[in-house]
Amino acid sequence: MMSKRLEVRKTHKLFIAGRFPRSESGHTFHWEAPDGTAAANICRASRKDFRDAVTAARDACPGWSGRTSYNRGQIIYRCAEMLEGRSAQFREELRLQGASPSAARKEVARAIDLLIYYAGWADKYAQIFSRVNPVAAPYFNFTVPEATGVVAVVAPRESGLLGLLAALSPVITGGNSCVALAARDYPLCAVSLAETLHTADLPAGVVNLLTGFRRELLEPFATHMDVNALVYFGDDKAEITQAEKNAAENVKRVTVCGRADWESAAALNPYAILRTQDTKTTWHPIGL
Amino acid sequence: MLTASRSVDQIGIQERVARLHSRSIKKESKVQALILALSMIDLTTLEGRDSPGKVYQLCYKATHLHERFPGLPHVAAVCVYAPMIKVAKSALRGSGVKVAAVATAFPSGMLNLETKLAEVTRAVQDGADEIDMVISRGRFLSGDYDYVYDEITRVKQACERAHLKVILETGELVTLDNVRAASDLAMAAGADFIKTSTGKVQPAATPEVTLVMMQAIRDYHRESGRRVGLKPAGGISKAKQAIQYLVMLRETLGQDWLTPNLFRFGASSLANDVLMQIIKQSTGMYQSPGYFSID
Amino acid sequence: MPGIKSTLNFDTDWSYSPAPQSSGEVTLRERYGLFIDGESRPAASGEYFQSINPATEEKLCEVPQAGADDIHRAVAAAREAFTHTWSRMPAAERGKFIFRIARMIQERARELAVMESMDGGKPIREARDVDIPLAAAHFFYYAGWADKLDYAFPGRSAQPLGVAAQIIPWNFPLLMAAWKLAPALAAGNTLVLKPAETTPLTAMILAEIVRDSGIPPGVVNIVTGGGETGQMLVRHPDVDKIAFTGSTAVGKEIMRVLAGRGKRYTLELGGKAANIIFADAAIDQAVEGIINSIFFNQGHVCCAGSRLFVEESVFAEVIGKLQERMETLIVGNPLDKNTDVGAINSREQLERIQAFVEIGKQEGGEVYQSSCRLPDKGFWHAPTLFSNVSQSHRVVQEEIFGPVLAVQTFRTVDEVITKANNTPYGLSGGVWTDKGAKIFKVTRDIRAGVIWANTFNKFDPASPFGGYKESGMGREGGVEGLLPYVRLGA
Repeated sequence: MMSKRLEVRKTHKLFIAGRFPRSESGHTFHWEAPDGTAAANICRASRKDFRDAVTAARDACPGWSGRTSYNRGQIIYRCAEMLEGRSAQFREELRLQGASPSAARKEVARAIDLLIYYAGWADKYAQIFSRVNPVAAPYFNFTVPEATGVVAVVAPRESGLLGLLAALSPVITGGNSCVALAARDYPLCAVSLAETLHTADLPAGVVNLLTGFRRELLEPFATHMDVNALVYFGDDKAEITQAEKNAAENVKRVTVCGRADWESAAALNPYAILRTQDTKTTWHPIGL
Repeated sequence: MLTASRSVDQIGIQERVARLHSRSIKKESKVQALILALSMIDLTTLEGRDSPGKVYQLCYKATHLHERFPGLPHVAAVCVYAPMIKVAKSALRGSGVKVAAVATAFPSGMLNLETKLAEVTRAVQDGADEIDMVISRGRFLSGDYDYVYDEITRVKQACERAHLKVILETGELVTLDNVRAASDLAMAAGADFIKTSTGKVQPAATPEVTLVMMQAIRDYHRESGRRVGLKPAGGISKAKQAIQYLVMLRETLGQDWLTPNLFRFGASSLANDVLMQIIKQSTGMYQSPGYFSID
Repeated sequence: MPGIKSTLNFDTDWSYSPAPQSSGEVTLRERYGLFIDGESRPAASGEYFQSINPATEEKLCEVPQAGADDIHRAVAAAREAFTHTWSRMPAAERGKFIFRIARMIQERARELAVMESMDGGKPIREARDVDIPLAAAHFFYYAGWADKLDYAFPGRSAQPLGVAAQIIPWNFPLLMAAWKLAPALAAGNTLVLKPAETTPLTAMILAEIVRDSGIPPGVVNIVTGGGETGQMLVRHPDVDKIAFTGSTAVGKEIMRVLAGRGKRYTLELGGKAANIIFADAAIDQAVEGIINSIFFNQGHVCCAGSRLFVEESVFAEVIGKLQERMETLIVGNPLDKNTDVGAINSREQLERIQAFVEIGKQEGGEVYQSSCRLPDKGFWHAPTLFSNVSQSHRVVQEEIFGPVLAVQTFRTVDEVITKANNTPYGLSGGVWTDKGAKIFKVTRDIRAGVIWANTFNKFDPASPFGGYKESGMGREGGVEGLLPYVRLGA
């Protein structure tokens, strides 16, 4: 009789610059399924990993924001295609992380649809948020939104897939690159998501995913001088206060989001893109 | 031979003009400016119906602007059609007022070059001190800059001792880029003065084209060392305008150009308005046009 | 100093006679009051401080030094007015009050212009032709938005935030007050405004105008004071939104103070803008643009083009023409209508500027200053140019906030864009070129919130203004200017 085939366990890595390194610190933390049926060693990203991720994000930023918005939309749509193709894996991981099968199914569906939603906004949000301004002098004056640059994202604690995607989709739709800290308690989907994005032709460095602890990473997230904005999901007053204080160093744009911003219909919202946009107004004389 | 000429931003020029116009001149300086303006006028009559009688009357006015107010200067010149040169010369003998004549098929310039040169030669023989020529705008606008350069140099030759003003007819050139290019061309070809307009086409002189021409003169002076004069003509009828032009001149070209040798107003009714303002400054009372002679 | 030696002679026999705007037509009170809850009153402490005319160093008037009690009272009045009156008023009615304010500013325009000039040092011509008309225009523009907010943000309704605390600087006192009040009121908020310590005067007249407009008491409150007053206002727990225009250093301080408090805030901070002149620019107009960008308003402009970049092939011509043009700038009595460059706002600011000029000299920069004669009394600084400086010099990196320009050459487009963006600031930028595609490319690549192409320092209430990076966040003007004052709902 055939003995049960030994499965190959996955090594859970970080996702930086389009590659899957371990933490430079070598550290991991132990994750265990609530029902005890599975466990894994998850990379414990260090501040140096974050530093490297920011470098990767900064390198990727001009290229990403320089692409046509049509192109960005297509790539984000392909992310949805890849996610759809791997739905079974994500449902399984969600289940392992403690979700019921029907909740897992719903979450994966919503995650895919959220990606599609933002893919559709890529080449349109500029039309909603741009203006030609009727100035009282012979000048052509127009305002357009532009990507703010490199964004640090602290993903929702409560959700490993939908929450993470709700946090970073508006950021990359808007032409920014990002470094995201996934939910510590739901790391499996984050790693699989990284793999999914990688196969979707998302250019290296546009999204960098770290697993680890807020208490270790929030400070570098908020103090790094080459990060332009911080999007924080959560309600921990002490964390928020410290992060906002630190953000003052280089006048980072800080947005604090709550549960409703990923869980409810509010997650599908073009104004979420504005969190990480700056607007530019240009003047030119109209004459001969 | 027209090398790359300067590009000019119209809105920028308009804004500079607006700021120059906000200069405020009061009292003593204003009177000085008005008297200077008088001395810069080319009193002009260029009508088909001009006759010796008309020209005599204008010439008398040129040297007797307003008898009731002593110490006024005479105007710089009288400007007439070529057939009237001799009349003007005799009327102005000994006065110091120059006789300027328009030539080269003024105002259209639409005549073959030989005949235009003959007209200039005859005008100089009749005693014209100054010749105001028109450029061939059609040629310029179709890009035949060599032709325009050539006609100016040949007219300049025909002028002999007379000084040459080159009329660009800025109203037909339309853009400030063209005005700048035509100015550069005319100076390179030997113009002693560049002049905005014939006065027969609207718009004639405007502060914008005049400022562009001042900038061209300044750049030419810097490169060649030669000082070329400027004459805005047509549409300048108020003393206030004249002062604004002088302010513009002062702040762009400086003191050395504030002289009739390098700046003229081509105008006819301007003189009376300037006179009214001078009298107003000295008496404190607003004046009426009825008290000033019209010739 | 490379440049074409000027052979033009600008000394004339006739000079512009002093053409002073008569200050006799404005009546200054000896003392003004805090405008709280519709009434003018002294500070609870009874303390006053004085405002002087920086051109003469003479005292103009006294204004109260608002303390903690006054701030409490002002915020409470704003809260009360918001809850019971202003938020319940139909939007169109709110708009009509704002229209009234606009009209009354126009009616008292001459008086406001003279006061602005005396209090801050700016030339009367600028106050009269730019500051006051733009201030009225801002109220006019936003008045019309009050009842149309449903159209401003597609798919979202816009609700006011509540009470706004607004702190403004001394470089465009009335205009900055307009930039703060108009959108806040149009969006349905009430507010407490603190004008700058050295320029409270036109805010006091604005208080009279607000009172005369009939707007309900407590909707607009104006409190005078120094840095401490501002801090108290920022820290007040019952404020929903903070708007600050001032230095980057103070902006960062405010961010730290507000950390964790859940308040909305916008900051309009400093700048060190690049003004780029290409060889194919309309050079004479570009030179005029340089003058506009750094010498008008004495360089007290956050978006000043304080770093000039000139393509090397036209450097000599540009600098030569710039120096000539600087010679024709008239520095002097701000109330003289011919004055181009007025007084420096305060002794403090003058010393700061002078310190920077010293630093620049020590760093090896070559200085050119126009030959204007400066008056004996008052605070004055001649228009100044530094050449032989680079991105590593402090006078090129740091905001001087005075009539001091740092000049560099460049050879290629990518070089100048890199250098233009090589700064923590990102408020504004300027580009001068005649080539269309280049205009669009360079304006796109400069990382700043306002880019002027073939012009500079143009403002309009319909045009959003604000910075990237350390120049701040949030916009004032246009539809974007409403966003910081509303909460978006479904």
